[in-house]
Amino acid sequence: MKRDELPQDLGALGKITGEICYVVDESGKYTTQLSNGWEVKSSALDVAWKDVEQRIQDAHNKVANKEASPILFFMELRVMDIPIVAAYTGFWKWQVKKHLKFDVFQKLSPSKLAKYAELFEVSVEELKTMKVDES
Amino acid sequence: MKVDFKHTQAAHCENGVTTSLLRHHGVNQITEPLAFGIGSGLFFIYIPFMKINNGPAIAFRTQPGLIFNRTCKALGIPVARKKFRSKEEAEKILMECLAAGQPVGCQVGVYYLTYFPKEYRFHFNAHNIIVYGREDDNFLISDPVMEMATSLSSYELERVRFAKGAFAPRGQLYYPKEKREVTNEQIKKAIKTGIHRNVNLMLRIPGPIAGIRGIRYMAKKISQWRDKLGPKKAGSYLAQLVRMQEEIGTGGGGFRFIYAAFLQEAHAYHPIPELIDISKQFTKSGDIWRSAAVQAAGIYKGRIGSQADFDVMSDYLRASADIEKQAFQALSKIKWPA
Repeated sequence: MKRDELPQDLGALGKITGEICYVVDESGKYTTQLSNGWEVKSSALDVAWKDVEQRIQDAHNKVANKEASPILFFMELRVMDIPIVAAYTGFWKWQVKKHLKFDVFQKLSPSKLAKYAELFEVSVEELKTMKVDES
Repeated sequence: MKVDFKHTQAAHCENGVTTSLLRHHGVNQITEPLAFGIGSGLFFIYIPFMKINNGPAIAFRTQPGLIFNRTCKALGIPVARKKFRSKEEAEKILMECLAAGQPVGCQVGVYYLTYFPKEYRFHFNAHNIIVYGREDDNFLISDPVMEMATSLSSYELERVRFAKGAFAPRGQLYYPKEKREVTNEQIKKAIKTGIHRNVNLMLRIPGPIAGIRGIRYMAKKISQWRDKLGPKKAGSYLAQLVRMQEEIGTGGGGFRFIYAAFLQEAHAYHPIPELIDISKQFTKSGDIWRSAAVQAAGIYKGRIGSQADFDVMSDYLRASADIEKQAFQALSKIKWPA
């Protein structure tokens, strides 16, 4: 990539810091130059977040239809998966899987609920109702 | 408490930590491309049976931690590396290092990294930063991808050092154990070793999913994605490929440009004309990877999306694979002066 071809499309990171890119100058020598972003990759990041939002929405619907527990919703909201939730809470993966079921969730002990609430940074009440104020 | 330490920005976090720590330890010649090349950082792997954030697992560089270890070893500098069970112990050892005037490399997760923009905060645990001091409750942080030095509270630092999930850092810290001056002869030898190892990694690694064969394998898979996954998921997969290739840390073109820069710097130590020609080939390959990214963007933004468009994408990857294969073969045939 030549120095004058380096894109400068302001992206999420570009607002905080320029990124170092390796470019070739007029004499063919490598040098570094800061870039504020590139539209091609910021749109790739957009795709990733749209997928996340879709998964959150799907999870929300599933809980509303009693096909899943709110843990699924919060897991998606916090961009986690079962191994990550298991690692942070100290539960086994099979336990987390079980807790994703609507019926099992209704019978969870307060201490287990508290563990999930802590991980998801919500109150136990919010965990149950899925009413969270996300700004 | 503050160690006398100069923050320098780099394209990639581990290269940056390696470069800054080695400079701090008196290795004045080291640059990011040299650290990357001596550490044999260039790679490609596509792991079809593994998912990262619900997308394909693709890497353009070698496994986390290896660049630091290899580069230090090649320059004859012993490495200290520790993981911890207890958070208290992890902070205690960190404080001891700082008290001894030792800036420390730390592996961290980015999800709870407060100074990162929200859009970048996925559960990715192989980020690297340097801690170089403490003022009251704040640790002074040199994050190589940031222009300026920054800071984290002791709680925030503990949280990212003990992030969980794949590649969990477990408080890991590392640093060069001794201050040593490195001669140009040592750098010359290290460059040769680094290139040889990279040739082996890209041309001779067994199996179909890594090295040059890995790029071809991925090309084949991409042309099947549209039918197998449907246009939407195929688009998401391509977006993930572009992120791995271009997002913070690669210096552009999936590290191919950094490697090209390394070969130019290598030429200053080993005036072998071929190095300059081969460097140009990596630039060309990086440019093709970027053209592929533009093509991919057309697909995931829904501007294009026919089977022919996916095939064009595959062709770009095959073209890169051909160039890189020739380039590495040329590197393996170089006659190094004794």
